[in-house]
Amino acid sequence: MTGSPSVGFRVFRAVFLLACVAFFALPLVAMLDFSTKIPATGERTFADWQALVTNDSLRESIIVSVELAVLTVAGMVLLLVPTMIWVRLRVPRATRLVEFLCLLPLTIPALVIVVGIKNVMAWVNYYIGDTPLALTFPYIILVLPFSYRAIDSALSAIDVKTLSEAARSLGAGWPTVFVRIVLPNIVGGVLGAATITVALVLGEFTFGSLLNYQTMPVEIAAIYKVQARAAVAAALASIILIAVLLMLLSYVSRDRRTREGRATA
Amino acid sequence: MTESPARTERGTPVELTDLTRVYGSIHALDGLTLHIDPGELVALLGPSGCGKTTALRILAGLDRATSGTVAVGGRDLTGVPANKRDMGMVFQAYSLFPHMTVRDNVAFGLKMRGRDKAARNRRADDMLDLVGLTEHGGRFAHQLSGGQQQRVALARALAVEPSVLLLDEPLSALDAKVRSQLRDEIRRVQLEVGTTTLFVTHDQEEALAVADRVGVMNQGRMDQIAAPADLYANPATPFVAEFVGLNNKVPATVDGGRAQVLGVSVPVIEGSLSAGPGIAMVRPESVTVAEVGGGDAGNARVTSVNFLGPISRVYCRLGEGDGAIDLMAQVASSLATRLTPGDPVVVGVEPTAVLVVAAP
Repeated sequence: MTGSPSVGFRVFRAVFLLACVAFFALPLVAMLDFSTKIPATGERTFADWQALVTNDSLRESIIVSVELAVLTVAGMVLLLVPTMIWVRLRVPRATRLVEFLCLLPLTIPALVIVVGIKNVMAWVNYYIGDTPLALTFPYIILVLPFSYRAIDSALSAIDVKTLSEAARSLGAGWPTVFVRIVLPNIVGGVLGAATITVALVLGEFTFGSLLNYQTMPVEIAAIYKVQARAAVAAALASIILIAVLLMLLSYVSRDRRTREGRATA
Repeated sequence: MTESPARTERGTPVELTDLTRVYGSIHALDGLTLHIDPGELVALLGPSGCGKTTALRILAGLDRATSGTVAVGGRDLTGVPANKRDMGMVFQAYSLFPHMTVRDNVAFGLKMRGRDKAARNRRADDMLDLVGLTEHGGRFAHQLSGGQQQRVALARALAVEPSVLLLDEPLSALDAKVRSQLRDEIRRVQLEVGTTTLFVTHDQEEALAVADRVGVMNQGRMDQIAAPADLYANPATPFVAEFVGLNNKVPATVDGGRAQVLGVSVPVIEGSLSAGPGIAMVRPESVTVAEVGGGDAGNARVTSVNFLGPISRVYCRLGEGDGAIDLMAQVASSLATRLTPGDPVVVGVEPTAVLVVAAP
C-alpha cells in the first residue's frame, strides 16, 4: 500500500517523537538548569562550569580520565583487532574461546574483579609507579565485551578470508593484509568500539574508587557532597563530550559512504 | 562443442607431483600428479569434495600439501608462501577490496611490487580495457554487477603478469547468461595474454568449453585428463563417463573388440570389458528414436519429453517388467514435439564407440 500517511498518524508520530526528545532532553536541561542557577536568588552563573578548569582536583581528574580513555582505546585496539583478525583467518576454531574470554568480564561484577585484581595492581604499581594510568589495564579488560561485539560485527560484514587471500595472492604480506585490506574495511566497527570505550572509561566509578584513584567519576562523587552544582556540571560535560564523539563517529561513517557514492557520478 | 582456438606458449609450465592433503581421516588429495604446459588452460572438473579446489589452493600457496611437490617453471615452490609465488587468482566469492576503487584494485598487485603510481595506473587502465571496463575505473565494487566484479578480479589477477593464473570457480555466483559471456571472455583474455591457467569448476559445460585439457577428479585423484573432445568420446572410467555428459546404461555383450548393444554392433573404447556380458555407457545423442505409424507397436514407448530449445530429451522405456530398459535420447526438437508420452517408437543406437563395464 502506498500514499502519504494519514493526518492522525502524522500527529501521533510528531507527539511520539516529541515525547522521546523530552524523555532524553529534560534530564539534561534540568542538569544544566541546576548547575547554572543560584537557588536562593534564582540568578544564572557559570561559576561551577568554570570550576571544571579552575578547581585543581577536578581538572586533574578530568585530565586523568581523558588520558585513561585514550590509553584504553589504544590498548584495546592493539590487543583486540589483530587478535580477532588472526583468529578469523588462521585459527577459526578458537573463535568461541576468544568470544567467551572477551565476554567474561560482563558476567563478573566489577566489585569482584576489583577484589581479584587488587594484588595484581600492586605489582603493576611496583613496576610502573603509583599512577592512576595503571587503571588502563583493568579498563581494557572491562571494555572487552562491548568492543568485541562492535569489532566482531564489522568483521562479519566482510569476507575477511577471501579478501586476505586475494591480497596475499597479489603479493601482500600479513602486515599489509592487516593494515591496508582488513583494517580500512572495519574502521566503522573499530570507531564504534573506541566510542564505547571512551564512554565506559569516562563513566567508570567502581574500579577508580576501590583502587583509590582520583578519576573524574570519583572526583565528581566527592565534589557532589560539598559542591553539588560543580559535580552536575562535570557530569553534564562528560555526557556532552560522549555525544559529540558519537556525532563525530556518525559523520566519519557518513563521509566515507558519501565519498564512495560520489564516485558513481 | 567447438574446437579450442590456438593457444600461445608464453606461459610457464606447472608440475604438481604426488600431492596429498589429509584433514584428519579425510584424504582431500590422494597422490595427485598434474603437468600443465606453458600457456595451456587446464580445467579441473569433479563433484564437490573431489579435491579440485584443494589442489588449486595448494598451487596458490593458500593451503599446504601433506606431501608432494609443487613446481612452476622448474622452480620448487612447495614451501614458498602465497605472496611470493607470483600467481594471479580469481575467487568464487567476490573478492574486490571494498574500500578501493576498481582502478586501485587492479593496481594493488603492482603496488605490492613497488611500481610507481603512473606505471600502475597505466597498466590498470590497460587491463580494464582488456576486460571492457575502461569507464569503470573510478567506481567501487558495490557499484558493479557480479559479472563486472569478476571481470575486474580477472584484470587484477592478470595485471601483475603472473606466471600462473588460477581460477577458482569464478563463474559460480553468476546467472546463466553472464556466466556464458564471461566464460568466453576468460578464454579470449587467456589466449591473448598466454598465461598458463588452472581453472577449477564443477560445471562440465564450462570445463569442456574453455579448456585445452580437462582433468576429471574423483576422491582426491585424477581419473582422466584429456582434451575435451577426447574426454567426452573416450571416457577412461565409468566415473568419467557418468560425470562428463549424460549416459544410458544398456546391457551389452562384448566379443572381439565389439559390443552388441540393442542389436547393433558397436566398437568398444579402450578400458572396456574385454569379453562377456556387461553394461554399455551410451550417450543420449547416440540413441536414435524413430516414429512408427500404421498401428506398428515399435520396440519402446515414450515416457516423457523435455523440451530444451533446439534439442529435446526423449525418455523411452524398452520392454516391460523387470527387464525393461529406460533410455534417454537427445533429438531435434522438430521430432520431439511430435511425440507424446505413451507413443510407440523404435529406438536404437548409432554405431559409435562405447565404454562397456562389468555389470554390478
